[in-house]
Amino acid sequence: MNIHEYQAKDLLRAEGVPIPPGETATTPEQVEAIAKKIGGMVVVKAQVHTGGRGKAGGVKLAKTPAEAREIASRILGMKINGLTVYTVLVTAAADIASEAYVGIILDRATKKPVFMVSPAGGIDIEEVAAKTPDKILKLPIDTRYGLQPYQASELGFFLFDDVKKVRAAAKIMTQLYQAFMKNDASLAEINPLVVTTSGEVLALDAKISVDDNALDRHPELAALRDETAEAPSEVQARNANLTFIKLDGDVGCVVNGAGLAMATMDLVKYYGGEPANFLDIGGSSNPEKVVNALRIITADPSVKVILFNIFGGITRTDDVANGIVTATKANPLKIPIVIRLTGTNEEIAMKILQENGFSASSDMDQAVEKAVALAKGGKAA
Amino acid sequence: MSIFIDRHTTLIVQGITGRDGGFHTKQMIEYGTRVVGGVTPGKGGQKFENAVPVFNTVHQAVEQTGANTSVIYVPPMYAADAIMEAADAGIKFIVAITEGVPVLDMTRVYPFVKEKGARLLGPNCPGLITPGESKVGIIPGRICTPGNIGVVSRSGTLTYEVVYQLTRAGMGQSTCVGIGGDPINGTNFIDCLAAFETDPNTKAVAMMGEIGGTDEQDAATFVKERMTKPVVGFIAGQTAPPGRRMGHAGAIISGSSGTAAEKIESFRAAGMGVAKRPIDFVELLKERM
Repeated sequence: MNIHEYQAKDLLRAEGVPIPPGETATTPEQVEAIAKKIGGMVVVKAQVHTGGRGKAGGVKLAKTPAEAREIASRILGMKINGLTVYTVLVTAAADIASEAYVGIILDRATKKPVFMVSPAGGIDIEEVAAKTPDKILKLPIDTRYGLQPYQASELGFFLFDDVKKVRAAAKIMTQLYQAFMKNDASLAEINPLVVTTSGEVLALDAKISVDDNALDRHPELAALRDETAEAPSEVQARNANLTFIKLDGDVGCVVNGAGLAMATMDLVKYYGGEPANFLDIGGSSNPEKVVNALRIITADPSVKVILFNIFGGITRTDDVANGIVTATKANPLKIPIVIRLTGTNEEIAMKILQENGFSASSDMDQAVEKAVALAKGGKAA
Repeated sequence: MSIFIDRHTTLIVQGITGRDGGFHTKQMIEYGTRVVGGVTPGKGGQKFENAVPVFNTVHQAVEQTGANTSVIYVPPMYAADAIMEAADAGIKFIVAITEGVPVLDMTRVYPFVKEKGARLLGPNCPGLITPGESKVGIIPGRICTPGNIGVVSRSGTLTYEVVYQLTRAGMGQSTCVGIGGDPINGTNFIDCLAAFETDPNTKAVAMMGEIGGTDEQDAATFVKERMTKPVVGFIAGQTAPPGRRMGHAGAIISGSSGTAAEKIESFRAAGMGVAKRPIDFVELLKERM
């Protein structure tokens, strides 16, 4: 789960990371008032879950409260990478002498959190890694012992020569690591970490992603989720315990299991169609899930055909068949449906479907081909 | 022969009295797996289905039954502890089925298990099956048939799909292993490929990867440099958008890395067969055997 910059900064402040003061606002009037309170130059920053905010014009410097208000009126409501800006962060501007990058990512190869620091800050770290890998120091951390002082110091010395700045940076590393661990993060980043003209070391921007698997033990973090930043269908799906990701095509897919769901989308593409979504109804047998899945998919006007692909292992295919019958009785379908199911209780499922006027196949390729043909307005093969 | 489990495997089930644990224990016993005990703290002394002794701790279970393998069905917040308990009790092969284990927990568990000299499979995996001999986990037994194809995959139902197609085509399996969809797991593709390479009963390997990470690319390098047996690969998620977690916690394209195209290219470069559809495994494996 991604959280906003201002939320990430709050989590870092809680560990003692030095960050210029700031407040969030949803109207230009509020922005003006906050700018007045902070005094001096401020930065108005769009709060959306995407990179490239600066390039898109979502981050602007303002000399006066009136200018801050005027800037906010342009940023609020603007779209950045398809996401509408509803909130801005107004924060004191810093006089920047130099910028560095500090981040911790969960690294799959070493199976550890890895610190990445670079004196080339403020820009895309992937680009730095590709073009000038010697400008990045990577340091895996054994979470059983945590970040040791000598490691924090090593990271600091990679960024600065001046011992005072090294110490300040090392302290921030320790605080960032604490925030990473305490909040079950999969990513925690300060970009840029700046040195001001007066020699202070400050975090100007922050990004934290929280491990979805850990949200159950962090209700306070789960509460930070901003549902306005997500597609409404995805919010609805999550509340129904379904994994759903909206895509641009017209073949609505309902599948059990993530791997098979991806493979089904790929097969739609293979036969010349475009999948409308990724949807995994999961492993459990529950007709209710099928009802919810159908509701979410049919709410999308671009979907021209519904494709079920169920391989019954733990999932009982008769439960899925019952779900299809229940859902379509309550809300008759206006678009065609193609059903493929095989596995546990297949014979019972086929019987239920036939009795209710549905046909089903046990072959995946056949079903996908048929769904693609229907989406294109052709006759079923 | 087979890899990791066979007819001699003696299994304990951690979480045997839970809903999932109980259901799958019955299925495993029915398949012929030697389930010698179960563990549920506080229920020691009971008998599961009037037959399988339940213990309070894994140490007790190992001491009394001599089990060498454990399968874990406990809820996600307790899974890390259960894995460590098994490793500490001397279990050498631990299969964690549990989905949704916090990833940072695994950063502590993985080195612990390794230092104990044990192998962990999973978490968030369907387990494994050696057809006709033993199954540990949740893979439906009736879709498998004994034979010479080794199967290894990051997913559950996609594995079933491919195994089902192989079985229908008369191509049996030596062992089918699901390594799981999490970013940090105990056993990776290379571990399984290396085991299949030395297993005399495996003649070829079907490998199903997905987007995210570099495990498949590393596996391709291993195939090229170390394997004599043919390997056919498939990557799920060719149509997945970047930056989105596709169900599995590990199935995510980060920035420009971990794409299906990059993985498929590494398969080609290693001389592996590339299945575009699950059904393609049948022909591609036949050609190479």
